Amino acid sequence: MTRMPGPLRFAAVRHGLVVIVLAAAVAGYTQIAGSFADFQLAQIAIYVMAIAGLTVLTGLNGQVSLGHGALMAIGGYSAALVMQHDPNGHLPLAVVLVIATAATAVAGGIIGVAAARLRGPYLAGATLALAVGIPQLAVARQFAHTLGGEQGLTVRSPQAPSFLGSSFSLEHWLSWICAAGALVVLFLLSNLVTSRYGRTFRAVRDDEIAAALAGIHVARTQVLAFVVSAASAGLGGALLGVVTSLVAPAGFTLVLSIALLTGIVLGGLGSIVGAVWGSILVVYVPQWSTDLAHSLSFSTVMGSYFAVAFYGLVLIVVMLVFPSGLQGGIVRLWGMAASRVRRG
Amino acid sequence: MHEFVSFTLSGVTQGMIYSALAMSLVLIWRGTRIVNFAQGAMGMITTYVAITVVDRGDSYWWALVIAILAGVIIGGLVELVLVRPVESKPPLNAVIVTLGLLILLEAIAGMVWGGRYRSFPPAFSVQGVFVGSSRINLSPFDIFTICAVLAVMVGLLVLFRWTSIGLRMRAAAFEPEVARLLGVRVGRMLTLGWALAAGAGSLAGLLVAPNVFLYPSNMDAVLVYGFTAAILGGLDSPVGALIGGLGIGLALSYIGGYEGASLETIGALVILIALLMVRPEGLFTRVAPRRV
Repeated sequence: MTRMPGPLRFAAVRHGLVVIVLAAAVAGYTQIAGSFADFQLAQIAIYVMAIAGLTVLTGLNGQVSLGHGALMAIGGYSAALVMQHDPNGHLPLAVVLVIATAATAVAGGIIGVAAARLRGPYLAGATLALAVGIPQLAVARQFAHTLGGEQGLTVRSPQAPSFLGSSFSLEHWLSWICAAGALVVLFLLSNLVTSRYGRTFRAVRDDEIAAALAGIHVARTQVLAFVVSAASAGLGGALLGVVTSLVAPAGFTLVLSIALLTGIVLGGLGSIVGAVWGSILVVYVPQWSTDLAHSLSFSTVMGSYFAVAFYGLVLIVVMLVFPSGLQGGIVRLWGMAASRVRRG
Repeated sequence: MHEFVSFTLSGVTQGMIYSALAMSLVLIWRGTRIVNFAQGAMGMITTYVAITVVDRGDSYWWALVIAILAGVIIGGLVELVLVRPVESKPPLNAVIVTLGLLILLEAIAGMVWGGRYRSFPPAFSVQGVFVGSSRINLSPFDIFTICAVLAVMVGLLVLFRWTSIGLRMRAAAFEPEVARLLGVRVGRMLTLGWALAAGAGSLAGLLVAPNVFLYPSNMDAVLVYGFTAAILGGLDSPVGALIGGLGIGLALSYIGGYEGASLETIGALVILIALLMVRPEGLFTRVAPRRV
């Protein structure tokens, strides 16, 4: 690759510029779009955090997790519990989010220590148990009092700051917060990926024994990947709670975990840019399938099954015919087009 | 004491069902080194097939036969169409494909039969039988469950130990290259393995349905229990699957009985993690070194 001039030499600067451009685009987009678009943007941003985190874990470090929905639940419930212990709302939202993220990172560390000893299908099965089991904790009678049982816990919405004017709606503010969170996560993760740590992540994924021989502490690297990934999912989960003002077991089903997996598979298992594509699709597909169900005069429930069926089909078809995912496909098409242009 | 006996009996019954599911996971693992995460969902679909037959007014036994046949066909088809292409790929691909199938089958069930909870008729009464003058927590249906699973296990044992086709299936699973040289149709044997496994999985689905109701995701937790049972047994050993299933059934029955049913999945999670930490190779297999 040719050397970039001046400060663009540094990956962090390049990533920072991309993030600033994206932030401007998001701010501009919310100005012209309606409040439903705000909600969708917030959703996409939440999925970006979780899916980018999962991309780092599965795509870059080679550890599959079918339980990231459960980690989002931990983030969401942590935020709700912190808010309950602060009934007057003294803590700024940022502090609540940081606490929730840290709590999920700790949970991720514990799971990661276990996961570092597991491979392939064993790890998949253990994390599947996590996805099915963790949301049940809230329903268990020992914890139902603290965690609110099936009804879940309510999460307070933040107030939009007054300097933005009285016409600035709450939906607007929430979508800005989520987008800001997603951009911070994207910035940090893309720097991580291009850093020394990113290289050790990939080295461990490609060949554990070779990585160990090269002096990489394999287990420590795997735990670190799990912590980073869990923290991203936890922030996403906390913001999901804030946006929907509720955390309940029904919001964190196995389907959520599989939707996240669909996102990384669509995005091509290992590309942060792909994670953004994946998130956009994962948010829009249920929307499209609801519309499709309506236009075929089926019920909305049927639409939600269409979406789930789509996730299943994507996972199967992409793995069978298109294993490098959407981003990989785009990169390949781009390469083909570029070589054709060069040949003239 | 009475409580303990009652939990033990229901643990044995549930454990037999988990054994059947574990058995189908083990069969598939032995043949293709793939954990079939869709096994639960395949059992769910065939249970819906069975309830459709029952709803038409036919007998339970007819429904049972059709459901197991449907399972066998689905299992064979899944191996041929979906699994064959990923068999030589990294293990992650097979995990994602079977998971995709799991969610696809749940969506199809929801579209065709709706998402509401349905009760599934048991073959026999679920009222406990009398021993002397007291009713114990073991119903005729429970006895049928235990016998049916045992019959399937014995059938599979006979098939693998004493028939030529069983020998060929074992050869195809253990040494595909050599088996192929000796004239075994390895691909066909693997398809047959998946078909038999899916048949056992359908039986598990039918037997568990009166207990957990029938709805598209009703087998999610049961799959986790079956997987835990298979891991407990070493994932490679049919006898291990039987004992693992009984162990998990008992453990979960005590947890559910004394601490509440919603802790059962957490209990399975804790057992699974502890087991994988302490003895990942299971309790019933010898350790094979990881090959470089």
